Amino acid sequence: MKNKFNLFIIITFLCFCFAIMYKGLNNSNIYSPKLNNLKNIPIFKAKDFNSNLFVDSKKIFEEDKFYIVNIWASWCVPCREEHSLLMELSKNKSVKLIGLNYRDNLDNAKKFINEFGNPYAQNLIDNEGSLSIEFGAYGVPETFVINKEKKIVKKFIGPINEEAAEAIKLIIK
Amino acid sequence: MKILKIFIILFLTLSFSQSKSDSKNDEIKSKILKNIRCLICQGQSVYDSESEFALSIKLIVDRKINVGLNEEQIYEFLREKYGDWIIYDPKLNKNTYILWLLPLLLFLFGGAIIYKNLIIKKIKFKDKK
Repeated sequence: MKNKFNLFIIITFLCFCFAIMYKGLNNSNIYSPKLNNLKNIPIFKAKDFNSNLFVDSKKIFEEDKFYIVNIWASWCVPCREEHSLLMELSKNKSVKLIGLNYRDNLDNAKKFINEFGNPYAQNLIDNEGSLSIEFGAYGVPETFVINKEKKIVKKFIGPINEEAAEAIKLIIK
Repeated sequence: MKILKIFIILFLTLSFSQSKSDSKNDEIKSKILKNIRCLICQGQSVYDSESEFALSIKLIVDRKINVGLNEEQIYEFLREKYGDWIIYDPKLNKNTYILWLLPLLLFLFGGAIIYKNLIIKKIKFKDKK
């Protein structure tokens, strides 16, 4: 009787472990905390991509609009995939796209923009990646949707796809 | 000559204290970096990793130390951006209490089993005698 009970405990325990691990198989390797509380955008100063002059974050986000901050780089292949969707989103008048050029060569970045088009109302240089860390980013590409109260309401890790673009459109409606 | 000697002594003292504070900062920096998880690597700390993410975090930590932030303030900054997961040694809160209390409960459970098996058997053995 005791042996049967022990066997039952062991099998239950193994089933429990299996269920947890099986559930974990489908999870992404990159952990991302849930945005339970809307986060404020960081306060920073960054170099402008075109003028090479420092600009203040308050000046960048001063308009009463939705903002999309997109972290990109010319060396990042998935950034090419999402670029057409960003071009499409940039046509929307209620949103302003801000680019963060992440650890990139400026000449290559300019070539990239000339080749694929410029969806960004303003592009900033983040040579050291520190600005992306201030936003809570993991790497490139990554996209943040900022509401009119200047809070981050949505974060997309990796390239945005049709589904993500639709979700963004719903937010900025 | 005397002035020169005083000057040399002053210079050496200052440079020594400077290098001492630098090494102290390096010590704190490596302690912090070893306690930060590289979120895009598999099982590596930021200290061990050379990924773009880790390089940026190293730079940020360096800057925060130079600005005068202490260890706890730097952890708080990272926690705010990336959640508790980024710190290897998480704080006790409503999300981590199981993590903290489970080993204690297991310890007590194990202790109870040992107590039951050893002490009670001993008492029974004595009673039989």
